[in-house]
Amino acid sequence: MIHDKLEQEINAFPTAKLSVEHVCKDFRTRNGSVRALDDVSLTINEGEFVCFVGPSGCGKSTLLNIIAGLDKPDSGLALIDGVPITGPGRDRMVMFQEHALFPWLDVIGNVMFGLKQKPNLTDKERLEVAKYYLFLVKMDRFAHSNIHELSGGMRQRVALARSLAPNPKILLMDEPFSALDAMTRERLYGDIQDVWAKRKKTIIFVTHNVREAVCLGSRVVLFSPHPGRIREQFPVNLARPRNINNHDLADLSMQITSALKGYTAAESD
Amino acid sequence: MKRFLFSLMFFLLLILIWAGCTGELAFLGLSESLWSPFVLPSPGVVAQYLWDNTLNGKIPMSMLITLRRLLIGYAIGLVLGVPLGMLSARFRSVSDTLGVLALGLQALPSVCWVPLACIWFGQTEAALLFVVIMGTLWSVLLSTQNGMRSVPPIYARAARTMGAGPLHTLVFVTLPASAPFVVSGMKQGWAFAWRSLMAAEIYVSVVSGFGIGQYLHYGRELQRMYQVIGIMFIIILVGLLADKILFSPAEAWLHRRWGTDKE
Ligand SMILES: Nc1ncnc2c1ncn2[C@@H]1O[C@H](COP(=O)(O)OP(=O)(O)O)[C@@H](O)[C@H]1O
Ligand SMILES: [Mg+2]
Repeated sequence: MIHDKLEQEINAFPTAKLSVEHVCKDFRTRNGSVRALDDVSLTINEGEFVCFVGPSGCGKSTLLNIIAGLDKPDSGLALIDGVPITGPGRDRMVMFQEHALFPWLDVIGNVMFGLKQKPNLTDKERLEVAKYYLFLVKMDRFAHSNIHELSGGMRQRVALARSLAPNPKILLMDEPFSALDAMTRERLYGDIQDVWAKRKKTIIFVTHNVREAVCLGSRVVLFSPHPGRIREQFPVNLARPRNINNHDLADLSMQITSALKGYTAAESD
Repeated sequence: MKRFLFSLMFFLLLILIWAGCTGELAFLGLSESLWSPFVLPSPGVVAQYLWDNTLNGKIPMSMLITLRRLLIGYAIGLVLGVPLGMLSARFRSVSDTLGVLALGLQALPSVCWVPLACIWFGQTEAALLFVVIMGTLWSVLLSTQNGMRSVPPIYARAARTMGAGPLHTLVFVTLPASAPFVVSGMKQGWAFAWRSLMAAEIYVSVVSGFGIGQYLHYGRELQRMYQVIGIMFIIILVGLLADKILFSPAEAWLHRRWGTDKE
């Protein structure tokens, strides 16, 4: 009985179609206003793994925050399955660059935080679900560790479990691995592809590393700054699981990098 | 252990010097006290005073009376100070008014409230409590406000994305995130409360109960220097014990969780 419900909870694979329509966003600063997003439109299909790339300051985080519901566009719309986004919701979980785990809770307490917002589950079931996701990111042995006792890579894995646990339709990741060393990052590339395959999520992954984007994404969306715009999109049809050191990533990475250089050079002329 | 022994030796040496100067080490030829016992009594006399008055219940009774005042005043200070500090951190209108007031009043040593308290409340318990509350409230308010302000905004953002509402975020995210600051503010508030109460008890004699500070005061009035010094020891002891019992466990837990333990 309990098991049926748990299995239902764990084996549900909600995904969503996301669309962004003519979104503009300005920020006021002391030196006038900055156009962070300029007429950005984009459609993301169910179960896609989309990477946003571009140099810093091109509005990637701003767009991600709008989709997360943490920010509002000045004009235009962001919709999930045709419904406009008005605020944060359990259907979209965010993983930040800094891990943003709560130091006053232990590992499992952190994973439980999001689950506790989810109705229709008993505390015991929540605990089982939390354990399942810790297992999925290979952190089940550390359920009762304090956050400061974990390495950077382990913290991001816990953060991943925390965002996966409420079973969101969409996972939003803002440069989640950029503060980690290369070896740890490579392992996490494997883990996140594994999670995507197993959990069938729609993932938006922000990075400024082109090779990382090509390694992870089924589509790479290229942004350029001042004002923030989408310039070009590249489908990535390489076999998975991909390794960041594989040669077959090189061609496409090179192509995207030179496109990127083209846009930033053109802008500084 | 070695460091403990070293500290112990230091304090034994201090007592020996004291005993030597007051003529208690006769076997070393130091049988003459350098001062009259009205100025500096010997450690033996002070110990005898403490021993007798502990056994006859006077000191334990006065400790109880004092601690009761302290706890009530401190609790009121916290109950007012923590929520006001939270409001002050959250709303600019509160921090521009109440926050500034707190900043000003915190600069006022709490013993300065005593004359006012005496005129307003007379020689009553209320006067004592008032002084303790004034001593606690402002510092607790300010440290809660500063604690809440130093919480990284990413915690609240993360909570919002996980579907937590504003109240839930306040209670389960912002409050625990500011716990290290709030606890050190509470500790500071406790130190202020203790100092204020001693000042108040020395100046205000009330019929409703004889606290430690009042014993100190009457020690002076009656020229009993052994009582003055004995009671000073009691005051030190209570201050240290409160710190160990009330705050050390909380701080140890925080250090373990946050990983801020030095050592
Ligand atoms: N809260 C803010 N206040 C002012 N300017 C901002 C704010 N957030 C972003 N910006 C500006 O908007 C632009 C896009 O920022 P962002 O989306 O963070 O870029 P990216 O994530 O691609 O590096 C930048 O020029 C940045 O300075
Ligand atoms: Mg960014």
